[in-house]
Amino acid sequence: MNPQRAAWLFLAPALLVLGVFFLLPVIAALALSLTDYDLYALANIHNLRFVALQNYWTLLHQPLFWSALAHTTYFVAIGVPLSMGTSLGAALLLNSPLARCKPFFRTALFAPVVTTVVAVAVIWRYLFNTKYGMVNFVLGHLGIHPVDWLGDPHWAMPTIILFAVWKNFGYNMIIFLAGLQAIPADLYEAAHIDGASAWRQFRHITLPMLGPTLLMVSILTVSGYFQLFAEPYVMTEGGPLQSTTSVLYLMYDEGFKWWNLGSASAVAFLLFLIMFAVTALMLKFARRGNDGEPA
Amino acid sequence: MNPRLAKALINGLLIGGAVVALFPLLWMLSVSFMQPGEASALPPPLLPVHATLGNYRELFVHAGMGRYLLNSLAVSSAITVLSLAFNLMAGYAFAKLRFAGRERLFQALIGALVIPAQVAMLPLFLLLKYLGLVNSYACVIVPAMATVFGIFLVRQYARGIPDELMEAARIDGAGEWRIFAQIVLPLLKPIMVTLAIFSFLAAWNDFMWPLIVLTGQEHYTLPIGLASLAREHAQDSELMMAGSVVTVLPVLLLFLALQRHYLEGLLLGSVKG
Repeated sequence: MNPQRAAWLFLAPALLVLGVFFLLPVIAALALSLTDYDLYALANIHNLRFVALQNYWTLLHQPLFWSALAHTTYFVAIGVPLSMGTSLGAALLLNSPLARCKPFFRTALFAPVVTTVVAVAVIWRYLFNTKYGMVNFVLGHLGIHPVDWLGDPHWAMPTIILFAVWKNFGYNMIIFLAGLQAIPADLYEAAHIDGASAWRQFRHITLPMLGPTLLMVSILTVSGYFQLFAEPYVMTEGGPLQSTTSVLYLMYDEGFKWWNLGSASAVAFLLFLIMFAVTALMLKFARRGNDGEPA
Repeated sequence: MNPRLAKALINGLLIGGAVVALFPLLWMLSVSFMQPGEASALPPPLLPVHATLGNYRELFVHAGMGRYLLNSLAVSSAITVLSLAFNLMAGYAFAKLRFAGRERLFQALIGALVIPAQVAMLPLFLLLKYLGLVNSYACVIVPAMATVFGIFLVRQYARGIPDELMEAARIDGAGEWRIFAQIVLPLLKPIMVTLAIFSFLAAWNDFMWPLIVLTGQEHYTLPIGLASLAREHAQDSELMMAGSVVTVLPVLLLFLALQRHYLEGLLLGSVKG
């Protein structure tokens, strides 16, 4: 058997799976989003009609879509910086020569990452319980009145953001830690001899050296956070007053609760376009930022 | 800042961080042994007064948790084994076998990573429905049998294998399958362990897709079973904590046992190359 033929045989199973169960559905999703596929079409395919961009047009005129997009944007805009800041802070602490028991702390801080979202979301629901929750109990000792964390439309999303930060920061922490360890130590020694303060060392050595890692991590984190679903599904069921209904939550309800599969596909595609635009903008700004900076 | 103060500050912050990270998990474990209703009290109790296994008994005898646990084990193991086989073969082909269009095909796969998985979910659901596969283990397992991430990870690792090893075997007349099975696979063992943990954890923790396609309780995996229990038993914190323990403990222990491999994979996967 020649290597060329062997190569295709080795590739065949994986490409077949990815082709049939990912690529084909993605193309079909685009087609589906241009139809009025609903419960009637599900029962009898002859009820299916081509509606061109009607689904997109209707969505863009629907307050529910815009509020779902606003909630998702809120989650991304606050959650990503908070999450990355926590990751970087934890990585800096772990990288410090003064830190003790590093393997223990690294494992402890990483543990929430490997846990199951549903299970830990259930735990948080009780910790943030208005009456018996540990959080309100501790805050009560500081003289703060009980907050209805998951029942108050103003507090539900911040609570979910806190949860997401707790659950996810360990992942990026490990990547930042590797990035920090790759910075040559003599850079810091030279800066130290020149009398640069810790803050200036961080600002002029650590941050620039970590630049590419920061960009990659922020793009991956933004994409991940746009896909908010399980947290509101378990903690708030999208409420209260739909204040935690994300774009994917809307897609799930539209598609699998109301069986409007055409319109749900349009939601999925809009989310994809928005994520694509946001990451492209981030890449563009990062490039411009690099060009502008003196060498 | 004086070094002793800095040292106290840094280690103090690390202890604080570890407490915040671990407290919810330890609290979960403790409450899962409490009597029904015991946790709903002020001040919130930290340890059970009379530890009981009653919540676990209730879960396994009446709530079908044993079934969910077995489902999760079966589905996650099947995904791990099958995706490992397919990703290893494809990753090796991309790294070491020459064929027309190799680089372009690989770039296309990497490019496909920008498409969120949820875009494919609705048509995939319809496809499986017409195939009569909805509400079966297969509909969770089959779409997860190959991943771009897995192929990427194996390719990165396999590129380090010297070509001379394969060339020598070819001159000796060994077929491509024998070369793969007897020379390449043993060298890929470290990345196999890494990829296996990654796949298993991802399959175990997966939520949205199983929620969509597993419509009958008898097929629920643990996260789906737990989410449905949480809607029925919102007030029974002790029971729900026991359910969370059953869901989280297996993956947490697996991670603790093999964390070096897991963290290596995380770093290898995050370096674009």
